[in-house]
Amino acid sequence: MAQLAVSESAWSEARLLGRPSIELRDVSKYFGDVQAVNGISLDVRQGEFLTLLGPSGCGKTTTLRMIGGFELPSSGEILIEGEAMGDRPPYRRPVNTVFQNYALFPHMTVAQNVSYGLEMAGVPKVERQKRVQDALAMVRLPHVERRKPAELSGGQQQRVALARALVNRPAVLLLDEPLGALDLKLRKAMQLELKQLNREVGATFVYVTHDQEEALTMSDRIAVMNEGRILQLGTPGEIYERPRTRFVADFIGQTNFLEVDVDGWDGITVDVDLRGSGRLRARAPEGIQPQGRMTLAVRPEKISLLGDLPGSEVAGSNGLTGRLDEIVYVGTHTQYLIRLPGGQVLTVYRQNRAVGESEHTAGESLSVVFNPQSAALLAD
Amino acid sequence: MSAIRAGTLGSETVAPAALPQSAPARTRRGGPWLGIASALVYLFLYLPLFVVVLYSFSATKVNAWPIKGYTLDWYRELLVDRDIQESIRLSVIIGLVAASIAVVLGTLTAFALDRFNFPGKPAIRFFVVMPIVLPGIVTGVAMLSFFSMLGWQLSKWTIIIAHGTFCITLILNNVVARLGQLPRSLDEASADLGAPPGRTFWRVTFPLIRPAILAGAILAFTLSFDEVVVTFFLTGREKTLPLLIWGRLRQGISPEINAAATIIVAVSLAGVLLSNRLSKQAAIGG
Amino acid sequence: MATATAVPTLDTRGEARLNPSPFALLVTPMAWISVFYLVPLGLLLLHAFWSVDYLTIDRTPTLDNLRTVAGNPLYPTVLLRTFLIAAAVTLTDVVLAFPIAFFIAKRATRHRELLLMLVVFPLWSSYLVRAFAWKTILGTNGILNSFLLASGIVSEPVSAFLYSKTGMYITYCQVWLPFMILPLYTILDRLPNSLLEAASDLGGNAWQTFRRVILPLSMPGLLAGSLSVFSLTMGDYITPSLIGGSAGTELIGGIVADQFGMANNWPLGAALILPVLAIISVFLLLANKAGALGRGEAG
Repeated sequence: MAQLAVSESAWSEARLLGRPSIELRDVSKYFGDVQAVNGISLDVRQGEFLTLLGPSGCGKTTTLRMIGGFELPSSGEILIEGEAMGDRPPYRRPVNTVFQNYALFPHMTVAQNVSYGLEMAGVPKVERQKRVQDALAMVRLPHVERRKPAELSGGQQQRVALARALVNRPAVLLLDEPLGALDLKLRKAMQLELKQLNREVGATFVYVTHDQEEALTMSDRIAVMNEGRILQLGTPGEIYERPRTRFVADFIGQTNFLEVDVDGWDGITVDVDLRGSGRLRARAPEGIQPQGRMTLAVRPEKISLLGDLPGSEVAGSNGLTGRLDEIVYVGTHTQYLIRLPGGQVLTVYRQNRAVGESEHTAGESLSVVFNPQSAALLAD
Repeated sequence: MSAIRAGTLGSETVAPAALPQSAPARTRRGGPWLGIASALVYLFLYLPLFVVVLYSFSATKVNAWPIKGYTLDWYRELLVDRDIQESIRLSVIIGLVAASIAVVLGTLTAFALDRFNFPGKPAIRFFVVMPIVLPGIVTGVAMLSFFSMLGWQLSKWTIIIAHGTFCITLILNNVVARLGQLPRSLDEASADLGAPPGRTFWRVTFPLIRPAILAGAILAFTLSFDEVVVTFFLTGREKTLPLLIWGRLRQGISPEINAAATIIVAVSLAGVLLSNRLSKQAAIGG
Repeated sequence: MATATAVPTLDTRGEARLNPSPFALLVTPMAWISVFYLVPLGLLLLHAFWSVDYLTIDRTPTLDNLRTVAGNPLYPTVLLRTFLIAAAVTLTDVVLAFPIAFFIAKRATRHRELLLMLVVFPLWSSYLVRAFAWKTILGTNGILNSFLLASGIVSEPVSAFLYSKTGMYITYCQVWLPFMILPLYTILDRLPNSLLEAASDLGGNAWQTFRRVILPLSMPGLLAGSLSVFSLTMGDYITPSLIGGSAGTELIGGIVADQFGMANNWPLGAALILPVLAIISVFLLLANKAGALGRGEAG
């Protein structure tokens, strides 16, 4: 049986060399005529928690399955720990997977489930038992060894699936939307636990989800995908604060999109004209020259009501004035929908620091400000 | 033979436990008459069975009504009737071997149908089911002419071959249904954990389909045990129990026939109940 | 899993994923079925065009048998008789099946599975047993006559039940009944209650609802059941032998069985099967068209 686990020395060596844990080189996948994955290249670092994030059908799960060996790429190469995987089946890859529906073997007990991989690797019985115990303790589920999966709750089953994968000490752990079936509180708790496990165990985690909040919470880096391509790869902060395309800005969190015409550029900030509504300054886009018509993207929480900021902070900001159309109370914050003279609608989030209702009413004129550095310029 | 037909033409599967379940919805339609009419029809359905079982305990030799006394004599006679014992032995052997053949062939086909997409799937299911949809006499005489052409003598083997053939669909339906219930991710999880396909089959798939196979096998045995329409044409000098009864019936009714028939009913009941229980276990526990 | 492939497909590189090839799996079963069923079937049909020469079969193709079948008035008569009895049984069984099927589909909740098993079980307990039980029931001293005498409906035992077409008809009605109940149940089960409620809400009484709503929608189930009844009746030789047995009660199944038995004229027997197969095929096509046959497993 091929080695599923990677030895300690191999790991340290890899870290020293800085060799990526997983390399995808121009990987594509066709199902018949449909292209699910379109030339993806990606390096996953040793021990990092990388999330593939995107809407349904974007190719994230297919990509994960190709790493795991459940699908073979139509073209391109996949390397794990420096070795080309070629057409190796899953049972010969140093990878373990946590499936979306857990895929626990219903006719086996929890202990038998968890020790399955060890059995396949020929680990002797005594050691198996110890490692199973340790794994179950690690996922904080120590007393369920004799039970069958059907007798466990969803959250418990999920942990067993985790234990079953981690007990083999894989170099890479793949997780396919494992928290989907859990209720909100449990999900949030499990997100933190998974993050901790990633640190404890040291294995590379590749996580697939469509929930952007989950991705932001857990990941070291996020690869935002759509239509089979990676649109942007970066840390949660980078993805959130500096989206490179409209899709990324739109998919993660909320964004205002304003169509503007570029007036001038001094290398750092760009002057733009918001038709009919005034002139603004925005952050220069990376890698492309600002010109013609572009889209200015600014997040609602980055915009403040004029009255809320001290004068010193207002200087140098962008300012816009419009008519307050609607006020929506959302608990932690209040949404202000402001209609600008040029017809555009701006959404502003204002944190509900004060007690009591907003002092503004619909219909009145309202001015808002935001820092040019918060405004990104996107080509599409 | 006929029971599989019911499974093909209109019900979802064959095994009694696997008959279609939908969310039951009560209506008040029909009033009490519906219930009464239904009860009468049930009586009609079971009349012959009651009669046979009843008469097996009747003291008179003639099957007249009303019954004048009760006895176990006929069962006692059965016990010493050599021919009956031989025929029971033969029926059991044929049933076991035929069921085994059907299990192997049916399971192989079930896997092919469940795990792969290829044109011709409906054709395969049709061929497997044909022995059931066409009248038994067609199957019987077709095989008779075939064996005759080959020069094979009629014997228990010719019967076994025939029974094995039309029982395939019983196993096939059960196993395909069961395989359909198993999520594909179980196979993938097993591979992911290091098991090559052979070990995945033995450790994961087979234990989970075993109840379905058994349920089908028991039904196959039951069917084979009862069967007469096809068997009649393919029998050599040894006779299965139903054929023995058929032969004696042609010569007039002798009372221990009722007892023998009751035995057949009892075996069928046991088979159907057992198979039912296994199917249910599979659905829940698996 | 989130992706489309429920079944591992052959990848573009030609490598099968987690399973061996389907053809490896199918080779044995298909070979068996071809050799032991399809070939014999073909062979049987060939026999129709051969003839018998004392004890051996003469393989020169000839249409003699077909002429015999068409020419001799006995055979069309018997075919017609069989067909008519099958038709009568079908109609009767439809009437008998409706109450039970409707009851189980629409009225039974907790005991549904048990009730269905009770319908199915007689099928599993040997046709032969049930057929010969009718011999007991229908005889001059049998249960039916005793019942009729005791309740004063007749003054002396009726001998016409046994060894008659009537007897066969009654027997067939009972033994084939589950084949009508089951497909009818399946179809009624799928009938949404809302349809029935709408019908009565719009002012129909029970009979009208039945005639205009239930009956038409039950057609596929009834067709499936009829297919079974016809197929079984046209191939049966057991009941004619046990319950028939006098002149004018021969059915086609019995005649075919004789050709392969005592009469030893296999080619004629095969030729007689042809019209039977033709009739059944017509029914199959009709039933298939009406969607009566099972859709089979997905895939």
